[in-house]
Amino acid sequence: MIEAHALGKRFGEKRVLRGVDLELPRGGFAVVTGPNGSGKTTLLRICAGLAIPSEGRLDVDATRAQIGYLGHEPLVYRELTSLENLELYGRLYRVPERRERIGMLLERFGLWDVRHERVATYSRGMTQRLALCRVLLHDPTLLVLDEPYTALDAAGAQLLDEQLRELRGERTFLVSTHDPAHVESLATVRLALAA
Amino acid sequence: MNYLADVRALARKDLLLELRARDTLPAMLLFVVATFVVFHFALPAGSSKLAASGLLWVAIVFTALLGLGRAFVPEREQRVFDGLVLAPCDRSAIWLAKSIATLAFLVAAEVVALPVFALFFHGLRASTVAGVALADLGICAVGTFVGATAVVTRARDLLMPLLFLPLAIPLIIGGVGASVVAAPGRYLGFLALYDALFALLCWASFEYVVTE
Repeated sequence: MIEAHALGKRFGEKRVLRGVDLELPRGGFAVVTGPNGSGKTTLLRICAGLAIPSEGRLDVDATRAQIGYLGHEPLVYRELTSLENLELYGRLYRVPERRERIGMLLERFGLWDVRHERVATYSRGMTQRLALCRVLLHDPTLLVLDEPYTALDAAGAQLLDEQLRELRGERTFLVSTHDPAHVESLATVRLALAA
Repeated sequence: MNYLADVRALARKDLLLELRARDTLPAMLLFVVATFVVFHFALPAGSSKLAASGLLWVAIVFTALLGLGRAFVPEREQRVFDGLVLAPCDRSAIWLAKSIATLAFLVAAEVVALPVFALFFHGLRASTVAGVALADLGICAVGTFVGATAVVTRARDLLMPLLFLPLAIPLIIGGVGASVVAAPGRYLGFLALYDALFALLCWASFEYVVTE
């Protein structure tokens, strides 16, 4: 699903990623760890198609429609409601039976009762739950998750644990984290980046 | 058809955001009316129609710049740009939808501004209105493209006018020409040509300005 060889990225003179090799087969679960500034986020952005590598070779066997990306930001509009945000993404991703899928996800992540409220009124944890709904909305085959447990409370983290366990094997995961305890048991590939 | 549906969904989102936040259109309206009031008192009595026409175009370009500067603010402040870029729609749909939304705000501001101009100065010719309509298309097409280029840089507030104003000079030449000459057809044709050419260029190259 993902094959990277000697992957690197520079921003001007600054090198933020150097010589990364990664082989992640379809259905695999890769956990990327490393200290701040080691290039975890850059690696995930490159694999998601948001950035172009400066050096090395990368093959990702997934189209944009098949990738679900969770970044540091939730990638939702704060002045729209969760329903409006998911409707927008649902249209852009051409999600079949959009309304039903959105309803199911909002219900599962505990946001159904606040679906008509603006995201600006949500807590950070609720916004992260909405971001997870957005990522899962189009049923992607490759999930690229950058610190997915950020801001989630115990219940939210448990929900995400269940979701990851449910999809493991059926979907391919590339997950970066500072706290690998949640995903350690799921990992089939481990990649530790150095600062 | 999917492309148009994407454009409609994205433009609807921009209009909805403005309806909720109300921070672009009121600012544009206030700015353009205030500019005419200042010009009204700054211009000596008996100033020519030519001078007034020039002021109209200065006011329009800077009002548009105000709106264009805010066009990508929700995407920048909430970092939603990545989400749009990742979506499997044609990326030019993002540019087209944003251009349409910005055009809607600019036209709304002008619906108030042009009668105010006519009241304060020397009335309005039909060719001026036609020139404004054609220039609006070019301003929004080019300005949105430049706004998307500038939004990813740290110096975006500086970069936006620096990139946009030189590109808007042909629009001002065409617009002022259409406003003052007796046979404005040549200038209106020039504006239409500018619109078509630059809209095509922006549409075709937008993909490359949104990738790191």
